[in-house]
Formats: sequence, C-alpha cells, structure tokens
Amino acid sequence: MSDTVFTPWDDPGQEPLIQFKNVTKRFGDFTAIDNLTQDIYAKEFFALLGPSGCGKTTMMRMLGGFETPTEGQILIAGQDMSNVPPNKRAVNMMFQSYALFPHLSIFENIAFGLKREGKSKPEIEERVSEMLRLTRLEKFARRKPHQISGGQRQRVALARSLAKAPKLLLLDEPLGALDKKLRQDTQFELMDIQEKTGTTFVIVTHDQEEAMTVASRVAVMDEGRIVQVATPADIYEKPNSVYVADFIGDVNIIEGHATRAGDGYDITFALGAPKLHAKTSTDLGPEGKCALAIRPEKVSISAKKPAKAVNAVEGEIIDIAYLGNISTYHVQLAGGQMVKGQAANTQRLERRQFTWEDRVWLSWTDTAAVVLEG
Amino acid sequence: MRRFALIAVPYLWLLVLFLVPFIIVLKISLSDIALAIPPYTPTLDLSAGWEGLRAFFAALDLENFWFLTTDDLYWKAYLSSLQIAALSTLLALLVGYPIAYGMAQAPDEWRPTLMMLVILPFWTSFLIRVYSWMGILSKEGFLNQFLLWTGLVSEPLEILNTNTAVYIGIVYTYLPFMILPIYAALEKLDSALLEAAEDLGCSRITAFWLITVPLSKSGIIAGCFLVFIPALGEFVIPALLGGSDTLMIGKVLWEEFFSNRDWPVASAVAVILLMILIVPIILFQRNEQKQREAEGP
Repeated sequence: MSDTVFTPWDDPGQEPLIQFKNVTKRFGDFTAIDNLTQDIYAKEFFALLGPSGCGKTTMMRMLGGFETPTEGQILIAGQDMSNVPPNKRAVNMMFQSYALFPHLSIFENIAFGLKREGKSKPEIEERVSEMLRLTRLEKFARRKPHQISGGQRQRVALARSLAKAPKLLLLDEPLGALDKKLRQDTQFELMDIQEKTGTTFVIVTHDQEEAMTVASRVAVMDEGRIVQVATPADIYEKPNSVYVADFIGDVNIIEGHATRAGDGYDITFALGAPKLHAKTSTDLGPEGKCALAIRPEKVSISAKKPAKAVNAVEGEIIDIAYLGNISTYHVQLAGGQMVKGQAANTQRLERRQFTWEDRVWLSWTDTAAVVLEG
Repeated sequence: MRRFALIAVPYLWLLVLFLVPFIIVLKISLSDIALAIPPYTPTLDLSAGWEGLRAFFAALDLENFWFLTTDDLYWKAYLSSLQIAALSTLLALLVGYPIAYGMAQAPDEWRPTLMMLVILPFWTSFLIRVYSWMGILSKEGFLNQFLLWTGLVSEPLEILNTNTAVYIGIVYTYLPFMILPIYAALEKLDSALLEAAEDLGCSRITAFWLITVPLSKSGIIAGCFLVFIPALGEFVIPALLGGSDTLMIGKVLWEEFFSNRDWPVASAVAVILLMILIVPIILFQRNEQKQREAEGP
C-alpha cells in the first residue's frame, strides 16, 4: 500500500465519490458555475483554487446543500443530491469564519452534531474527547469560543466538522484568518488528520501555495469553469493554458509564432531576436500562434553567452529582487520583452556577480519551456 | 480630573433629576395630610434653627405605609398591575419577536424603511394615539363595524373599557421597545451559524430554537424590561381604555393625588411602586453585566 501512489483518477475501475454532471448555477443574470463536470474520488484531498468570484465557493456550497444547481446533477456516493437538505447529507463543512456557536463551550460545540443524531451521553463524551485529542484541545473543553486563540478556534471548527465522521469534509478557506507561520503548521496538521481519518477533503482556497501543499489534486478555476485539474506537480510543470501557468507561481510568458522543427517548435517572438526552441508533444495546429511559459528558476543567468545552450538571449538587468536565498533578475531583451531569471545567492551580497544595467545572457534548455496555445 | 468631570455629568444628572425628587416624595410620604398649602405637614422651617429641624424629623412617621396595608384596594391594585404588566410583556414579546425577526431577515435596503415604520408612531402624540384606539374599539368603532360587516359577529363586541382594551393599548404603545432591542440582537447574528447548525444535522426549526433564540436572549430580556417597567406604572392607558373595574396602581396613585388630594398617601403608593420596580431594574442590569462578561472583549 505504501509503495502505490494514490491516483484513483487514473483508474477507470474506481467509482468516484462525488460527481458533478453538467452543473450550472446562475444567480439572476450571473453565471457562477458554467456547465461543470468533474469527478472527485474517496480519500482525495481536492483543492478548488481560483481568484475570488471564480465560483469555487459556490461549488462547495452546492456540495454542502446550501445552494441547489440551476441545471445538472450532483451525485455523492452515487446518490442524486438535488432534494437532500444540508442536515440530511453525510457531508460536513468547516466554515470560513469557523461559525462556532458563541453561547456554547468548546465541548458543546463539538458535541452539537452528535446530539442531533440522538447518540447516548457516554458515546458523545467518548467521541468528543477523541476529537479533542486529535486536535490537541483537551485543556480547552470548558472554555467558550471567545476565550481561545484564532488557531485554537480553527481547530475547534475542524473537530466539530469531523465529529460526525462525515464521508466528505468541505473546508472553506479554512486557514485564511491565521498568520503565515501558524498557517503552514496547520496545513501539515490538516494533511495529517486527513490521512488518519481517511475522510475525503474538498478545500476552497485562493492561496496557491496552500493548495499545492495540501492537495492530492488541484482544480484551477476561472469564471465558473475548471481550467485544469491535475496533481500539484503537473499543475506547476505542465500547465495547460497561459491562465494556469500565470496563476500558479511566477512565470515568464513569451508570445510568438511557432513553426514545427524536429520534435518540437521553433518560436520567433521579436524581430532580430534569435529563434527559441522547445520540445513538446502539443500540436498547435496550423495557426502557429503560441505562448512559451518558462519558470524563472529554470532560466540561468551568465555574463558570457553559454556555449551549449539551446536557447540564449541577451538583455539588460532592469531590476533585482533580493529574496534572501535567491534573487530574481528582471532582464529586458532587445525587443522590450521582459524575462525573469533566478539565481541562488551562493555568495555574500557584496560579492554579487551582477548588478543593475549589466548586460547578461539568459539561457534555458529545450525542455524548460512549456508550449501553450497563444 | 478629566475622568472625574466625565463621570460627574451622569451622576449630577441622576442626583438632580432622580435622587432629589425621590427624597422629596419620600419626605411627603412620611408626612401627615393637612388642609393647607402645601397639603401636608410638617414643612421644613430653617429659621427655627436646630430645634425646628428636630421637630421636623420628629413629625415624620410611617403611618401612611401602615395605612396602605389596612385597605385591600392597594395590594390588589399592585397585584393586578403586576399581572397586567406581565401579561402585556408576554403579548408584546409574542408580537414583537416575529416582527424583529422579519426585519432582520429583510434585504439590507429595506431595513432603514422598516425601522422607520417602527419608530414612526412616536412622531404623533401618545395621547392622540390612545384616543384613536377609543375610536377603533368602541361599540360603534371601526373594529366592530368591520366585524359586523364581515358577519363574524352579530352583535358589537364590548372591548372598550375592559381589560382587553388595556392589553391592546399597552402592547401597541410599548411594542417598539420590544422590537428594537430584539432586532439589534438578531441583526448581529451571523447567518453562517445557522448554516453550521443545519450542516450538523438541525432542521431549520431546531436551529432557530438552539441558535437564534439563545443568541437573541439579551435582546429579549432587554425588550421585556423596557415594556414591563413602564407598563407597571401605566396610568393613561387604563384611565382611557380601561373600565371601572380595571385596577392599576397608576390609576390609584392619580386618584389619591388629584381626587382625594391626599399627597402623603399618594407618595407612599409611589415609593412602594418604585421599590417594586427596583427589583426588575437590578435584575436587568445584572443581565446586561453578565452579557458583557459572556461576550468578552
């Protein structure tokens, strides 16, 4: 089990836990979700990532039962959910504001869902203390929500939503209110808990780093559509569009004209500039307009033209962003195109090789760039 | 110094407008009736010096309070007032809560208008509004005409000059005092809490009882006191809408003052009324205090 990689989406025999089938959701004239079809599998940690207003929260609220699709169907474990109210779903949600009940203690908050199920008192007590242990909140059971810190409140919200052992847990920007350090710790805690409980998690976030850290698969959304669904590594290394490449991490986009050459394309992007070459299996069709997406960390920077580099362009350093461990150099090419290259700061700052207005060479291999339709 | 000056303002206010008048009333309640102007003795004569002061205090006694226990009219009036005030408060809560709830649920752009509609009656004189109820409730009034017209009743209902009319009048008059604090509490309520309750297995009705009601408790308690306290000492409404058998302490007080011109007994009635009111006022303030502590900073 430990050797096999978790990829149920590649196994056609796997039954998905959640199925969106041609789901459309409109609010008046506004289309929040546009004819969306997507499968999510059991035990996945599925992240919905996108800018605000892209429909990710609507998608989650439809899973929770707080919104109903205008068209299409949502199936959970094969059952059509269209007429099932939130209180009848084996789905629990962790709210963005945590929505802890201010008049109840931490214990009572976590016990709330169990009491509604009509569980006996010892059963409830056992389950709640289990949840308190899992989220390391034993000491705070008798406190009220306003008497604990933001990080603890977030854990109470998680414990409360996990108490009923839902098939599916929805997390709406769960870490948004925490500061960065606490957020990183909590991300690993979340992954740990997800693994321990074996619950399927669907998380909504606009923080790409968070999505990349926790998720087994990331769905990048834009204007009510899912643009790409893939593992974090694939989203980063093999974006399927300029939108995804641009949304995730830092990237150079070079637009140009492509002509087939060998196992890839030659790209001309400016008059007089050298042709760039990129290997790809993508077929651009007859049009030939394309965009090259190159991550800055894959662009090397050197004073002289490197002898063996497939792609090398010359330019002038306009700006240097010093980030401590690395520096990002903003280099302007002859045609005005800006390209960012990164170099590790292996030497002390005062002995830095390049400075403003230096003329430098940028180079990258033929596999560094991703060829996208322009 | 600045802080002292700031605190001094409300204390000075209380001293001049509450404590001093109360001491005057208390003094009159301890005096004896007299055919004079003012109609009681003793009066403080400072020119007599130390002896005069001593004679003044020697003349004060608790006779009037004793008198209140000898006639069962008084305790019956207190009891009946408490009953009418309590029942009116309950009715105002039953009517006011749904209104406040509806206001809090209404779209944002409607809320100022709805709020205005609740406050609007205050722009008309209270007396005129009570008089207009006489026009509505009387035997030939609008309500009876309407009921006869619809055929619901064959004879006009006797509402005016009964306790029913008093309840209607009190609930009508003090309803805004019930609505506004409840609305304030409900408006603050985060709708995500109700979604969370539903998410955890509550139906909408259970969520209302388990979340909405407890979280609007402070508003309910504030509203109840704001209705109960003035209703207890109410005079105008029972005098205009109530019948001869409507027994309320406010009416008794008025009659002692203006019909009997027995200021000392009237003052004693007022002092006892205040004592009765102080209990709910203290409870009310305790509740506010507890609420503040529970909500934290």
